[in-house]
Amino acid sequence: MSESPPILALRGVSKAFGAVRALQDVSLDLHGGEIHALAGENGAGKSTLVKILAGVHRPDEGQVLLDGRPRDFRGPGDAQQAGVAVIYQEPTLFPDLSVAENIFMGRQPRARFGRIDRGALRSATAGLFERLGVSLDPDRPARGLSIADQQIVEIAKAISRDARVLIMDEPTAALSGNEVGRLFSVARTLRDHGCALLFISHRLEEIFELCHRVTTLRDGRLIATEPLDDLTPDDLVQRMVGRELDTLYPKQDTTPGDALLTVARLTREGVFTDVSFEVRAGEIVALAGLVGAGRSEVARAVFGIDRYDAGAVEVRGTRLPVGSPTAAMAAGIALVPEDRRQQGLVMDGTIERNIGLTTLRTLRRGPVISRKAERDRAADWAIRLQLKYSRLSDAVGVLSGGNQQKVVLAKWLSTEPSVLIVDEPTRGIDVGTKAEVHRLLSELAADGLAVLMISSDLPEVLGMADRVLVMHEGRLAAEIPRAEATEETVMAAATGRTRREAA
Amino acid sequence: MTAITSGGGRRLVDTVLRARELSILAALVVLVVVTTAVNSSFLSDQGVKDIFLNASILALLAVGQTMVVITRNIDLSVGSVVGLVAFASGKFVLGHDRNVLLVLILGMAIGAVCGLVNGVLVSFFRVPALVVTLGTLYVIQGADYYWAHGQQINAADVPGSLLELGSGSVLGIPYLPLITVVVMLAVGHYLRSYPSGREFYAIGSNPDAARLAGLAIRRRILTAYTTSGILAGLAGVLWLARFGTVVADAAHGWELRVVAAVVVGGVAIVGGLGSVYGAALGALLLTTIGSVLVVLKVNSFWQDAIAGLLLLLAISVDRLLGLRVTRALRRRNVRHGA
Repeated sequence: MSESPPILALRGVSKAFGAVRALQDVSLDLHGGEIHALAGENGAGKSTLVKILAGVHRPDEGQVLLDGRPRDFRGPGDAQQAGVAVIYQEPTLFPDLSVAENIFMGRQPRARFGRIDRGALRSATAGLFERLGVSLDPDRPARGLSIADQQIVEIAKAISRDARVLIMDEPTAALSGNEVGRLFSVARTLRDHGCALLFISHRLEEIFELCHRVTTLRDGRLIATEPLDDLTPDDLVQRMVGRELDTLYPKQDTTPGDALLTVARLTREGVFTDVSFEVRAGEIVALAGLVGAGRSEVARAVFGIDRYDAGAVEVRGTRLPVGSPTAAMAAGIALVPEDRRQQGLVMDGTIERNIGLTTLRTLRRGPVISRKAERDRAADWAIRLQLKYSRLSDAVGVLSGGNQQKVVLAKWLSTEPSVLIVDEPTRGIDVGTKAEVHRLLSELAADGLAVLMISSDLPEVLGMADRVLVMHEGRLAAEIPRAEATEETVMAAATGRTRREAA
Repeated sequence: MTAITSGGGRRLVDTVLRARELSILAALVVLVVVTTAVNSSFLSDQGVKDIFLNASILALLAVGQTMVVITRNIDLSVGSVVGLVAFASGKFVLGHDRNVLLVLILGMAIGAVCGLVNGVLVSFFRVPALVVTLGTLYVIQGADYYWAHGQQINAADVPGSLLELGSGSVLGIPYLPLITVVVMLAVGHYLRSYPSGREFYAIGSNPDAARLAGLAIRRRILTAYTTSGILAGLAGVLWLARFGTVVADAAHGWELRVVAAVVVGGVAIVGGLGSVYGAALGALLLTTIGSVLVVLKVNSFWQDAIAGLLLLLAISVDRLLGLRVTRALRRRNVRHGA
């Protein structure tokens, strides 16, 4: 199939965690000068595979081959020394240390007496950034770097190690269009230098744009490894989910009812200005825009997490007090936040506890929480949302991303809201679960809920929304009805090329 | 453009970090000036010497504690170790004319064993540091009480050469602060300038990332606790040398004073940030406040309350500054990014 032997390969690898068989008899070849895609739904075993390549986990069966010879990675350090670098979805930097120290941690250039040579450290880092064509200050602390810049730091780290294998685990999930472009050009440069790259993404168009071959996993098993030239996106989806997707965006037509959420001239200085819109019953309104345009900030202010300086938020005509999530919840707003690990879930908590968190009052029997009521409610929602889990008493952290998102949804839907705000509802979620989440949102709207959906996923915005509000640099730049919403109109507004038409 | 803004962000962070040491120094100066104005005898040679002597032991412990806290851990057992070592070395020298160096080595060895136990439990058995060191605090204290059985070591029984260590000086500088400063500089230099030293910060800053980076986390944590233990042992011997008279509960409750000094000195209790210099200055500030209260004839009960207040102040200031720094750094991203 390929002329050169693979730099890194897996042969018949299996791995189980307790009763869950994460990988079964999977083989994979990574060749130099090639970008290889790894596709599969969440929970298909992609992360486990990455962690085996990275030396975090050791396979129960099978072998890891480096340059054709079996290697036993005893820890992440071993894999790194062998030239394997991993860029995780959430970069793992040391926030308190400088960017340069982050890159060279454990391998700092030395001066006399084994001391760190700070001058060499700085210039080596600056050299790396120059090669990557980015402008970052080597001496600034990593704290506060954008995700995209954090990934650049991780890539610089990999290059500085002369990594021959670079694994990118959903690196684009949190990036804007420009940042994705920059990442891709860096990836292509590395490929041309003879690196082997493994690229994981839920965005199929990215896989087709960047990669040569794709390996698909489903339920821990290898489905196929094949060149992308011979595939269509539909073929790939079918391999991932094992069935034809009826439709990824099952939007039902609804007639909007009364305005449930009215936001008038909302302003938070320096963050967003003069934002007015309404969301009516039965309607899905998308809030689109580039990352950093202030979309999530508006949602946080509406829900009362952040204060605002001017304007008003009304639910069914009743004005909400500023900065009180409790009042917002009582008025019937639910917010499914952007970052489910940090803001949406108690990761160490069990599924049932997480679902019950928003409705502890109604779970009381006398002064104490009824464990049974909590469990019953969780079981109800698990069925309604088709949650995949082994026990309700498992920690949420062991679920796949898509199922975690379902738990967050269950947690908020159980408050029986009239206004549902979802921030990036399908980020980092596999295609199959994505369609389920979409269907759910569509059904909820059909049942009379007002849904405000923040999303960076343009097909999702176009496929799901009745109306699209586009933000640009803290202001509403456009309001586009479903019929007129296209990639061009939305992107034009998001990049500030059109002013807002009469609202 | 890039150079200017990035320099600005860096400068801000640097300023904030250095500001802590400077603001403690400023607080010290104000404290000393005001107190001297009220009572001129405060700044007498003896008064200053006393403050430095008293601060030395606390600062020494603060240096060890800093290493532990930077790795996102804590060592509450230091007070007990000081008590145990002070008593044990008292017993050791009782009626003999032991070599001072030998006493020091013995004390540090006992401290090292205690620190090693803490370190092994925290790093290998992954028991939370708070629980482990609270446990060893009580175990060591209990063992010490049982052994002492109400006895005490009297200055008359301690050989002169050892007492000389506590009160003597070289070139007019007392030994105690000299030892502390040397230890502080050595540890500070190590943490700042050596690759393995930086790993302590890395581990405290993001333990998961440290694991993924393949750092020797257990070894560093073990080193931090052992160092803290050794310095507590050293402090125990110095305690005996300084006071001569030692009862079993010497340094009782000091663990919290040490932690307070460290936090006031700008070491982040969640790890990753701070320096031994700040911690030592924190110890000096707390000690000076103690002396000021005596000079101003304020009931010494207030000393703990004021230390507590200072702790709260320090943590609030850290939090505020941290938020501002993060915001400043973010803002730079917005200007640069996308």
